[in-house]
Formats: sequence, structure tokens, C-alpha cells
Amino acid sequence: MLSPLGEAGVMIRLGDAISDEVHRRVISICTWLEERPFPGMVELVPSYASVALFYDPMVIAVSTRSAAEKGESGISPYQHVCRMILARLEMLEDSVHNQSRTVVIPVCYGGPFGPDLEYVARENGLTPVEVVAIHTSGDYLVHMIGFAPGFPYLGGLSERIATPRRATPRLKVEAGTVGIGGEQTGIYPVATPGGWQCIGRTPLKLFRPEHDQPSLLQAGDRVRFEAITEQDYMEWKEGEG
Amino acid sequence: MRMEVIRPGLLSTVQDEGRYGYRRHGVHPGGVMDTFAARAANMLVNNSRNAAVLEMTMTGPELRFHENSLIAVCGADLSATVDDHPVPLWRPVGLLAGSVLKFGRCRSGLRAYLSIAGGIVVNEVMGSRSTDLKTGIGGLEGRALRTGDILSAGEASCEAQAMLHPLLEQVKLEKTRMKAPIWHLSSREWPLYQLEPVIRVMPGADISKFTKGSLERWYSERYVIAPQSDRMGYRLEGSRLELERPMSRLSEAVTYGTVQVPADGQPIILMADHQTIGGYPVIAQVASVDLPVLAQARPGTRVAFQPITREEAQRLFFEQERGLQLSAAFIRRRLAETGER
Repeated sequence: MLSPLGEAGVMIRLGDAISDEVHRRVISICTWLEERPFPGMVELVPSYASVALFYDPMVIAVSTRSAAEKGESGISPYQHVCRMILARLEMLEDSVHNQSRTVVIPVCYGGPFGPDLEYVARENGLTPVEVVAIHTSGDYLVHMIGFAPGFPYLGGLSERIATPRRATPRLKVEAGTVGIGGEQTGIYPVATPGGWQCIGRTPLKLFRPEHDQPSLLQAGDRVRFEAITEQDYMEWKEGEG
Repeated sequence: MRMEVIRPGLLSTVQDEGRYGYRRHGVHPGGVMDTFAARAANMLVNNSRNAAVLEMTMTGPELRFHENSLIAVCGADLSATVDDHPVPLWRPVGLLAGSVLKFGRCRSGLRAYLSIAGGIVVNEVMGSRSTDLKTGIGGLEGRALRTGDILSAGEASCEAQAMLHPLLEQVKLEKTRMKAPIWHLSSREWPLYQLEPVIRVMPGADISKFTKGSLERWYSERYVIAPQSDRMGYRLEGSRLELERPMSRLSEAVTYGTVQVPADGQPIILMADHQTIGGYPVIAQVASVDLPVLAQARPGTRVAFQPITREEAQRLFFEQERGLQLSAAFIRRRLAETGER
């Protein structure tokens, strides 16, 4: 279950498939370890089926040295970190579950904000209105945040609106754009090149460097999309500053 | 202390040791690419190790110092001069107010680090002063230096000020604008910025999924750093690396030095501004002692990869760390001696 990620990381693997069950374990282990840090632990990164724990080998070396001085046999910083993790996971209570939040993301679909909405509809034999109805009826799970700051990997897109990526990626996709890439859906937090089908845009800021929680969404959150008008979008955007 | 940018150079950014604690938000640590040179530069002017420095790539800038300053330049040799006199690397240098520090041709390495006693002062974003060009945060408005920018430094430590005074006395006597002491960081301590570096790597999570032939090629042939390499990643060109059979792999955390192999079989080494999550098979992880060496390798450099164990990598890292701590103690003693005179 544990394996090294370089000299300053341990990968805790919990499965090899995307599932709600594995996801729940990822989040509960992450929360559990976060609440029980040990000296030298730096940060945790949850993903689909693993948690990466990063540590400071220098701080760990001090701990292992003092253990060696007490007569315990010398172990490497990696082994020491593994022991700390296993000791904590042994105590992991089944009752640990995260209180998952549901975040509603307002989206102005189609038009200039969603130039690929028509295409997604055509590809799936639907009308644009039906695509929006399906997209807003889903309950999505945030498996992890990564790739770019604040970028959520969302699970739960209906197969009825799954659409392959664009043959040629756009050179610039605006911040807030909601896209579909194969069987995934997601939101671009910052302007970047991108190959997903753009179906709408949210006025919410997904990456807010000035906040303590710079990413609006966190792994474990649930997301619902809500259709808004262009006027709503403009007003919201003004409110967001 | 203020410093004015007359010419910004190709890519000069404010960096510190990085932005930690936000990887779960998709924010990479970033920070200086060559952690060794940046740390040495800070040690030489008695700054804390996390003080912000200037990272200058390939073509350095031209900077005017508005006040008397104690600086150090470490890492790549970008032909630094003050009034046509070469500025010695890996040692503290006292500069007279009004001096213009110019960087020229890149003689060795790729990135030079300029430290100023007191450290460069810019607002912290998420606990770091590092510039992140991709998201546009940190440093100077999240961007590279431009002509006309003014960089300020914090207050130099008493030791740094005590070091600067006798150097400036000498400057007046010799009618120059700059003076360095005779001592410097021992070259035995510097990482070897070779022309054809051998980079030590540990096995990656998916190493067993590659064909035997691919692993032989990976360890025996040289790979060339492609031109489109940057602070985010180094793309390598060379013999194609193949998997035993196609695998689909869930995306998971990656870090500085992780070597991924996309479907085209050409490896990519993730550098300081790497993405936080990656989905390609991971063949190797660069030993952290060799990341500074890699950070100094230019596009076109031929690199060889040599396998080592994690224990060995950790041992080398501690050795380097001990060396740096000894150097730091040595420098502090020298600074104290100079101050007493």
C-alpha cells in the first residue's frame, strides 16, 4: 500500500479504479492524517485512488537520530515516515467520514460563453436545451484538485452528453469555462489553452490566491450546476469583483 | 536598498524556496530551480535560506543599484561585470551606490542567482514570494522583470552590514566600484554543472511496466533536452521507451524530478513549476542532489541517467546538506572576523 515518491514523499495507494467507495477512503485517510500531523509532515495530496504525503527529510532525520540514540535500530527517513503513517492508519476509525459539502456552480450555457454547446448536442442527437438539462441534473463528485490551480476533476457526467475532445485545442479558454472532455466535465479556473468542448461559463472564481482556501472546490465536495442567464452572469461577475 | 531594472534579460524572476502546503489546491511549490545555488547566494550575504533572490535565465539583466549593497551571484556564469570588471561568483561582493551590474554571455550553466543582503521584498502570496508565471501570482505581479521595475531589498543583517563597510573602504582606496573578499564558497562544494551530466535516478512507480529493452536504453543511452523545455518540464529526445502492454493508469500526485513517459515514448522530467497531478506512466524519479545540476542544463544538453537506490539518494542528500551547513558556519565565522577588523 505504501511506496516511495522520491526522497520526500510517500504514496498511499488505496485502489486502482475510480469509485465512490475508494474516494471515500481517500478523503477519510486524508482528513485523518491531516488532523494527526507528525513533525516533518509537509502536505497531503489526494487523488482518485491515492494520497501522497510529502515530508521534510531533514526534520525526519532528526527524529530518527534521536530514536537511534535511545538504542533503537537505525532506520531510514522513508521507513520512519511509513511507520508514522501506519501507526496512524491503524487507529483510523470507520466512523470517520467527511461532511461533504454541495457547491452550486451557476453557469451561463451556450452563446459566446459556450461555443461548443451546439456541437455537443448534435454529436449526441440532442437539442442544446436537453444538454443543459442533463448537465444541470447531475450530481458530481470532486475527486481531486490538480493539473492547474483550482482545477476540479469531476466524476458523474451522464454518458448521454459525453463528447470527445476537440481535434485542435483552443489556444485560449477563458477562466470559468465549463467543458466536457470525453466522459469528464470540469471547469477551467484560469485562462489556458484547452481541448475540451466549451459549453458555458461560470462567474464564480475557482482559484482565489488571496483566500486561506485558494481553491473554491475541494476533493470530496459535491457539485451541482445551475443554469443562469447572461444578465445574471454579468451581475454576478460584478459582485465577484 | 533599491535596484532598478535597466534591461530585464531573457527571463528574470523573483523566487524563494517555494510555495508549500497548497498542492491539494492544484498549486505547485515552484520556487528556485537550482536550490543549491540560490541557497549558497543567500548564505554568502547572511540572508535566511528562504529569502527571495533573482533567478536569471540564459541572458542576464542590467541592474542599477541605488544604494551601497552587499550581493552574491551563484550558479550559471553569465559573465557578470561592474564597470567592465568581472564580478566573481560564489562569494559576497560589496557594490558602491550607483553601480550597474551587467550580465552578458552565458559561459556555463543556464540560471544565475543574485542575492542581496536583506533579501528582495515583494508581497507574499500563499506564504511565498516566488513568481508563478502560469497563474500570474507572486514576485512582481506574477510576471518576469521589465525595464523600469524597481526592486527593493529588506534591511541587511548586522553581520552583512559589518562585512560591507570594510569592503567599501577598500573600494574607495582602489577607486573601483566593487570589492569582494578573497575567500569564497569552496568549489568542492558546488554541484558539477557538466556539459554532459550524469543524472542519478531512483526507480519510478511504473518502472516494472516498461519493456526490458526500454529500461536498457533508458540507462545506457543519452537523452537530449529539447528546446521546448522550461520551468515546468524538460522534454527529452532519444530512444523511444515502451510499455510491455498498454496500461491505463489513474492520475496521481507527481513532484519535482518525476520522469513521465507519454505515449510517444519520449520522457518528460517535471521541474519546479510542474503540474501537481499526472497520469502518464512514471519510469523514474531524479535524486534531489542532482536536480540543481539538471536545472543548469540547457536545451541541447546530452544527459545520461544512472540508477541508484532511494537509500543512496537520501544519503547523498544528507551529505550535501552537511556540506552546506559546514559552509554556512564557515561563512558566518568569516563575516564575524571581517566585522571585527
